[in-house]
Amino acid sequence: MGLDIKIPIGLMFVIFGAILTIFGLVTMGDAMYEISIGKNINLYSGIGMLAFGTFMLIISDLKFGKRIDESLGIDEEELTEEAKKELLNK
Amino acid sequence: METLPNLEQFNLTWIDYSIMIIYFAFVLGIGWALKKYMKNATDFLEAGRSLPAWVTGLAFISANLGALEVIGMAASGAKYGMATVHFYWIGAIPAMIFLAIFMMPFYYGSKARSVPEYLKLRFDEKTRGFNAFSFAIMTIFASGISMYALALLMETLLGWNFHMSLFISAFIVLIYTYLGGLSSAIYNEVLQFFLIVIGFLPLVIIGLIKVGGWDGMVNKLAMPNPLGLDTSGFDHSWQNISPEHPMGGWIGIFFGLGFVLSFGYWCTNFLVVQRAMAAGSMSDARKTPLIGAFPKMFIPFLVIIPGMIAMALLNSGDETFHLPAKGSSYDYDLVIPMMLKRFLPTGVLGLGLTALMASFMSGMAGNVTAFNTVFTYDIYQSYLVPGKSDSHYLRVGQLTTIFGVLVSILTAYVAAMFNNIMDFLQLIFAFINAPLFAAFLMGMFTKRTTGHGAFWGLLTGTFSAGLVHGFTQPVGAESLVKGGWTGTVLQTFPSEMAQNFWIAIIAFSVALVATIVISLLTKRTKTDEELRGLVYQLTPKTIDDSKHWYHRPGFLAWVVGIIAVILSIIFW
Repeated sequence: MGLDIKIPIGLMFVIFGAILTIFGLVTMGDAMYEISIGKNINLYSGIGMLAFGTFMLIISDLKFGKRIDESLGIDEEELTEEAKKELLNK
Repeated sequence: METLPNLEQFNLTWIDYSIMIIYFAFVLGIGWALKKYMKNATDFLEAGRSLPAWVTGLAFISANLGALEVIGMAASGAKYGMATVHFYWIGAIPAMIFLAIFMMPFYYGSKARSVPEYLKLRFDEKTRGFNAFSFAIMTIFASGISMYALALLMETLLGWNFHMSLFISAFIVLIYTYLGGLSSAIYNEVLQFFLIVIGFLPLVIIGLIKVGGWDGMVNKLAMPNPLGLDTSGFDHSWQNISPEHPMGGWIGIFFGLGFVLSFGYWCTNFLVVQRAMAAGSMSDARKTPLIGAFPKMFIPFLVIIPGMIAMALLNSGDETFHLPAKGSSYDYDLVIPMMLKRFLPTGVLGLGLTALMASFMSGMAGNVTAFNTVFTYDIYQSYLVPGKSDSHYLRVGQLTTIFGVLVSILTAYVAAMFNNIMDFLQLIFAFINAPLFAAFLMGMFTKRTTGHGAFWGLLTGTFSAGLVHGFTQPVGAESLVKGGWTGTVLQTFPSEMAQNFWIAIIAFSVALVATIVISLLTKRTKTDEELRGLVYQLTPKTIDDSKHWYHRPGFLAWVVGIIAVILSIIFW
């Protein structure tokens, strides 16, 4: 299956992270944070998710590292273990 | 001043709804993206046997991280404290290691496409039929229970219409499993896994800060409870275990939960085994349960601790936290919702609720896809319409998705009759799964075990489970569903859980003895040649082809085992 699940995971958390970070910044010091014992939990969670989402995208096949495979016309996901070995032996 | 959030006051804002909608869009988008790969029945029902180990490993855990886990385990955390970790450590890790090292080579290495099909190859048609039908019914029930729990929660928490929530969640799961089959369920389980972990972290962290960290929580748990419940010693998993403990003493935990129920579930339940069988190679298939074991060991901190924090808050007389009473104790199933309400402001609240929905969906989709495969291969292709083209079975697989979801909706209404979801599931596992592991153990490791032996062993085991259930009861049982339906109660257990552990032990032992005796009395019907790749002595030892020694299943198994032992010692 030619889907790198790291891409949708990364994208989703980058979007969630961005929403919560901005919302956290806008609502800084708001009375609603009384229930989360005074912590701006939206801002912290938002930053955390931005970092996690970005990390997922970096290690995904989207941009980095896989250029060589692409230029050879190889789709890494589609390769079986055996085919990988054959390639390594070449 | 902190205000008490109560059921009526609670409102979500646009930000919570946008998080939910974005999540739904991603879930459906993954299904859509996989649609083009669904060319034959293998793609749809077995994910083309092509997925990487980390994906199948996380899905292995996530498929099990459904309604049963998040709501039920937080409830158990509030009821029994750290003793609940037995479901994660002793009750999961040894079985996962056993599956990876000893059993996976037979599942993945044989031509079987499902667990019932393995039984057909190893034993005979009737054993497969029994397993296929009982499994199909069980998964549909589990799926219905997931849906029921989600809809009930949305009703209690948000005031959403029960029937509407039920149909919408069922519809979303239906769409993405219909489009992308098993691959879609598995990929979404990985997404859901991260969402569940990240969505619940803020609750655990804020909750722990509130009660003064681990030590503060332990101190508060030692204080007297307003309803007179004893919560002291909740920080220990083993120390307080005795025959009077609700978990049922050492023998019950070790043999009932840790051996029979755990091995019966993790090693023979197609719902989880299917994830490993979708892996791209033998090595990846064997690594699947081991990779899953790492997060499995740490999930208790995410789901059990909120329950313990809840009790600590109640003990300390904190007026900002409220847990509705039910009979002489609390309505424990509301621990997670009430905690979310108490601690999370709009924003992360939407995230927490979305995580909760994700857990229900992953549990439900897991059941639906497992049901699909078993129904299509082991019921439809075997008994109803054999010998058709591959595209015919692909179509049937897709239609079964719709059928499965519809029947789940029906069972959701049936599930509404039972209050403690987890105890009920455990009961079903005890009746069917406990004897099943006896058949696998004998079948995989001795070539003398016959089809008749396995089949009648399974039946006697299941029957004896029902019988034990009929003669025993947990303390304070109010209905015959809880046991004692024969009218004679020979043994009373401190809880339903302890009763279930013992039912499992007895059912397994009866099945094991029956399988051995009947096998010895009946002739072998399969030759050594036919059993090659299906039985331990007749199969060449699997040589792992991993490039590095630290990638090998054997090494991973040791690491997993050692971490589990260290955790058990720390939380003794």
